Amino acid sequence: MSIMTLERPRAHEDAEAKTIEYSQPSESLKIFGFWLFLATDMLLFACLFATYVLLHTHTAGGPTARTLFDVPGFEAETFILLTSSFTGGIATYEMQHQRSKSVAVWLFITILLGLAFIGLEVQEFIHDVHIGATMSTSAFLSAFFTLVGTHGCHVSLGIVWMAAILIQVLRWGITPQTARKVFNVGLYWHFLDVVWVFIFTVVYLTGMVM
Amino acid sequence: MDRRKTRRRAGQAGLLAVAMAVLLSGCSPEYMVLHPVGPVGRQELHLIMLSTVLVLIVIVPVFLLMFYIVWRYRDKPDNKAQYQPHWAHSKVLEFVWWGIPIVVVGILGAATVKTTYALVKPPENNVKPLTVEVVSLDWKWLFLYPDQHVATVNYCKIPTGVPVQFELTSDAPMNSFWVPQLGGQEYTMPGMSMRLWLQADEAGTYYGHGANFTGEGFAHDQFRVVAVGDENFNSWVQQTKQSYPALTQAGYAKLKKPSVMGEATYSAFPKGLFNATVWADGGQYMPGMFKDVPGGKPDKGMSDQGMSDGM
Amino acid sequence: MWEAIRHFGDTYLMWREGPLIWGSDVLILLTIIGIVFALTYLKKWKWLWREWLTTVDHKKIGIMYLVCALLMFFRGGVDALLIRTQLAEPNNHFLDAEHYDQIFTTHGTIMILFMAMPFIFALFNIAVPLQIGARDVAFPYLNAISFWLFFFAAFLFNISFVFGGSPDAGWTSYPPLTELGFDKGPGENYYLVSLLISGIGTLGTGINFIATILKMRAPGMTMMKVPLFSWAVLASSIVILTAFPALNVALALLLFDRLFGAHFFTIAQGGNPMMFINLFWVWGHPEVYIVVLVAFGVYSEVVATFSRKEIFGYKSMVASLMAITVIGDLTWVHHFFTMGAGPDVNSFFAVSTMAVGIPTGVKMFNWLFTMYRGRIRLTLPMLWTLAFIVCFAIAGATGVMLAAAPADYQYHNSYFLVAHFHQALIGGVVFGMLAGMYYWWPKMFGFQLDERIGRWAFWLFNIGFYVCFMPQYALGFMGMQRRMYTYPADLGWGTLNFISTIGAYIMGLGFLFIVVQVLYSIKYGKRDVTGDIWDARTLEWSLPSPVPHYNFAVIPHVTDRDMWATLKEQGRTGELRPAASDIRPIHMPNNSARPFLLGVCFFFAGLGFVFEWYVLAALALLGVAVCLLARSFELHDEHDLSADEIRRTEALSGRL
Ligand code: HEA
Ligand code: HEA
Ligand code: CUA
Ligand SMILES: [Cu+2]
Repeated sequence: MSIMTLERPRAHEDAEAKTIEYSQPSESLKIFGFWLFLATDMLLFACLFATYVLLHTHTAGGPTARTLFDVPGFEAETFILLTSSFTGGIATYEMQHQRSKSVAVWLFITILLGLAFIGLEVQEFIHDVHIGATMSTSAFLSAFFTLVGTHGCHVSLGIVWMAAILIQVLRWGITPQTARKVFNVGLYWHFLDVVWVFIFTVVYLTGMVM
Repeated sequence: MDRRKTRRRAGQAGLLAVAMAVLLSGCSPEYMVLHPVGPVGRQELHLIMLSTVLVLIVIVPVFLLMFYIVWRYRDKPDNKAQYQPHWAHSKVLEFVWWGIPIVVVGILGAATVKTTYALVKPPENNVKPLTVEVVSLDWKWLFLYPDQHVATVNYCKIPTGVPVQFELTSDAPMNSFWVPQLGGQEYTMPGMSMRLWLQADEAGTYYGHGANFTGEGFAHDQFRVVAVGDENFNSWVQQTKQSYPALTQAGYAKLKKPSVMGEATYSAFPKGLFNATVWADGGQYMPGMFKDVPGGKPDKGMSDQGMSDGM
Repeated sequence: MWEAIRHFGDTYLMWREGPLIWGSDVLILLTIIGIVFALTYLKKWKWLWREWLTTVDHKKIGIMYLVCALLMFFRGGVDALLIRTQLAEPNNHFLDAEHYDQIFTTHGTIMILFMAMPFIFALFNIAVPLQIGARDVAFPYLNAISFWLFFFAAFLFNISFVFGGSPDAGWTSYPPLTELGFDKGPGENYYLVSLLISGIGTLGTGINFIATILKMRAPGMTMMKVPLFSWAVLASSIVILTAFPALNVALALLLFDRLFGAHFFTIAQGGNPMMFINLFWVWGHPEVYIVVLVAFGVYSEVVATFSRKEIFGYKSMVASLMAITVIGDLTWVHHFFTMGAGPDVNSFFAVSTMAVGIPTGVKMFNWLFTMYRGRIRLTLPMLWTLAFIVCFAIAGATGVMLAAAPADYQYHNSYFLVAHFHQALIGGVVFGMLAGMYYWWPKMFGFQLDERIGRWAFWLFNIGFYVCFMPQYALGFMGMQRRMYTYPADLGWGTLNFISTIGAYIMGLGFLFIVVQVLYSIKYGKRDVTGDIWDARTLEWSLPSPVPHYNFAVIPHVTDRDMWATLKEQGRTGELRPAASDIRPIHMPNNSARPFLLGVCFFFAGLGFVFEWYVLAALALLGVAVCLLARSFELHDEHDLSADEIRRTEALSGRL
């Protein structure tokens, strides 16, 4: 019976050496799958960026990037989101040390920061619409609202997801399963942060100097 | 067993018949692409021939090899051919069939690149090209002669032996301007001006059609290109100027409405109609298309086939 | 009240449009009544729900994909026959322009996205986990979601013909023709929304199978021991991952233009339709490799098995798969050489396109030399594979001719192109899918499809194919454009079109033979008692047919590339049989209704967007959110299958 083996020996052997979110093969598999998802999401944003870059001067007589963007506004958004990425990172760190209370707290803070970010962004959009800069004003604005809006939707979704995980952590503590979820939502959050850094440079900074 | 064989025979005979039919009729003039009447079409045909020969060199041996192998190594108890179930590597063989296609692609690639560059601009010789501006509409073709100041719908008169620089745009969904016997096609797109040069060496009437789908009336989006001698062309221009009405702005607005119609001729058309159309459809977003403001001359079109916008 | 009903009837049910619509209505109604009646009569509702609608078993999901793919092949085929009937003679008025346009659009879209795609997914699901020695795919639940998204997207797309009108701008759907200004109807929305929904599902499948193949292989199976079909699935999934985001973005942007007044592609406000065309083909070209690579994988399995020989040049085969994956992503511009990209761009893409021929040729020759010095059995899978070699070599040759950019100026949008891509899609993909279906059918259902009827189908379909599509190359040289609903008599196109139509009907007949073959074989087909009916080479053939739902009672340790063949050769097959003492309880994923419900929600959300009924759309999206949250809070989604039960099952199949 030399060629038969019992259940996945590889995974069992080195389970000890790994942090909790990787401790079970089924969970580490899900983390791998999540990385793949992030790859597709990155390509999605890449397409939207390409679209924006192509269209950002096509203003059809409407407002240009320079006249529209409000510097303190997007600087504040950037600051808040970067901070939230940091707090999210702490949550992951605490999770790896099995401190569920602390995880919950840091997730909560991250959620609040995320909400603040979304709040500011919504305010910015409402203001834009108010002065007549809408999705249908020009190709530039279509691309702008779609790119930034898609990021905003991702963040909003992330908030709901994080809230769900927060409840689960409180209810079930740090298990391999909840640990994996905290880890994944953390990855997602950092990813959105990176996307925002690109938005900040490609959309806002470039818009201001043009 | 026999039944199977006869069936295969029948199949092969059927194939052969089809192939013969195609080959034999390939000589008749209905095969427009194979009977070009101008230099552009001829160069393209040359490339078509070359590529056909090259791919045949590769795929015919594939067929022969396959039929031979299947016959030689069929699974029959009395088959004496070698059986080597673990023969699965051969550096030499693999080298051969990575190598040959690379060579074939190399040759064809070089020919393709050469022809691609050769067809960008009309040849520099003493003959001054004629410029014809083409606007595809739903579902008709408007031809404007900026130097002769006449216009036609659904037919286009050109002099033989003269390179014709077509400037293409659309005031409707995208279309594609194709006159198979003169040469290949080029898209017409709203808000953009593209160039395609063609030339007819023989007098005659040539079939033209929109080649990119534009909706309900697409099947009737046909036009003629009529090539005539230089003299005839000039006298046609003169005659047209005298005996036909002018195309007005209102007339153009009417033309623009989706419809299928026959041919029409105009003694004149609003100045700058072509550029104004391109501009009104968003030409301002195609940097490099115009040197100056509306009504101005496109400096270079989007080169022959070159668009500055990168897409 | 009466007014309202009449209005509804006119605008949505299109009662005024005549017999074509009425006929379809009646057909659909009869089918629904028939299905409902049969299920009720046979008391199968519960069975349907428990065994199929809520299943997360990859084998069952594979079968459902297969059934859908065959149904969609039929639907697309009927479209094709309608097209060919209309084109049989010049100035024909069997169909009017409006319906013809709808029909070729749905034909192309359905054949590629709702026939070829589910067909490859069927084979993904049926073969991959078994080949690599896994109990299921990496994410069974996601797998079910992908299926139901596909299913309901296809459903949404298919009802368009009788509910509001089908899309009619071609499967490529270029703006500005598809912008609101030229195309008001809901048809185009149907296209966008249903492709978007199935596109999301497809991404899920891509992720799932990459994870499955990279992470779920049985111990000992290094990447260089993975069967070539699974390698092909990996390659295809990688292309899915890189290509589908672009399609989804293109569709979403066009949808924003149509529904929310955005201007991505309306030129006057600064939009750029060429951006759509680029995004579309950044997906669209790799898409053809997504489907054909899987077929290549099937051929590799079939050729080796039925030549009783190892595959020739395994490493070259893997290398060429990867080369096609990479180069295939860099050729999309060849679909619009004539759109003015300039000589530099055209030259680059012409050469990169031709370059794909090099690795493809390597595969061709390796298949041929796998047969060389083998013992070739001409079974149905093998026949289709041989037919493929001939057909696809021609398709590739004409592809390389198309790739010569200046020559493409003469072929583009002509019937030469139509002939090329049918030859690639049918000769490459459809033949491959059929070969795969015949090959794995016994594994799925435990019986073989009848060879004799299958040969009839094979010859009819093949002869029909050449009669149908060879004349179309000639028509291209005669200057005939694609997508014309009719053509004048004086151009001499009539004869060849008529021949082509005859060919199409012969193919239709061939398809009918396949249907007959399946029905006949259910009753009379040869039963597979050994589990290895073909004397094949890879792990899936070491299991009984049909495979028990846990796949492997004990996961094997892989020592060889063609493990099963080696063991048979050395008389060691007994080593793959589980010993009673080695059997442990197995975690199995629970069935779940949620993937199905999620699909239903997406369906209504889609319908809401198609007709701009935003309340419906919002409610349905809320449903989606609820489903996802409920899933997030699900603590136990697995159950244990006891060792005793496994022993019993194994004993029943005589393996203990
Ligand atoms: C499964 C589907 C499939 C496959 C596999 C292919 C494979 C190829 N296709 Fe095809 N193609 C389509 C489906 C497919 N195509 C479709 C659907 C369209 C049109 C869409 C539309 O407009 O609606 C299209 C359109 C299309 C065009 C655009 C034409 C136009 O719009 O004007 C071009 C141009 O280059 C092209 C080229 C090629 C090439 C070079 C290959 C190569 O991959 C082929 C490689 C294979 C071989 C070459 C044969 C085997 C090799 C040998 C035997 C040895 C070596 C040979 C040589 C070196 C010559 N295809
Ligand atoms: C995998 C993809 C695939 C497949 C398998 C097919 C299969 C077929 N296609 Fe398709 N085709 C496309 C993909 C495909 N096609 C695409 C992408 C387009 C472009 C669309 C566009 O321009 O946007 C296209 C376009 C297209 C055209 C061009 C239309 C035009 O430009 O105007 C034509 C014309 O001959 C055609 C014919 C056929 C035929 C005869 C078959 C045959 O193989 C079909 C075989 C027949 C059957 C399987 C029928 C079975 C049914 C019965 C036997 C029942 C009979 C019952 C009744 C008649 C009620 N197709
Ligand atoms: Cu065409 Cu810019
Ligand atoms: Cu392509």
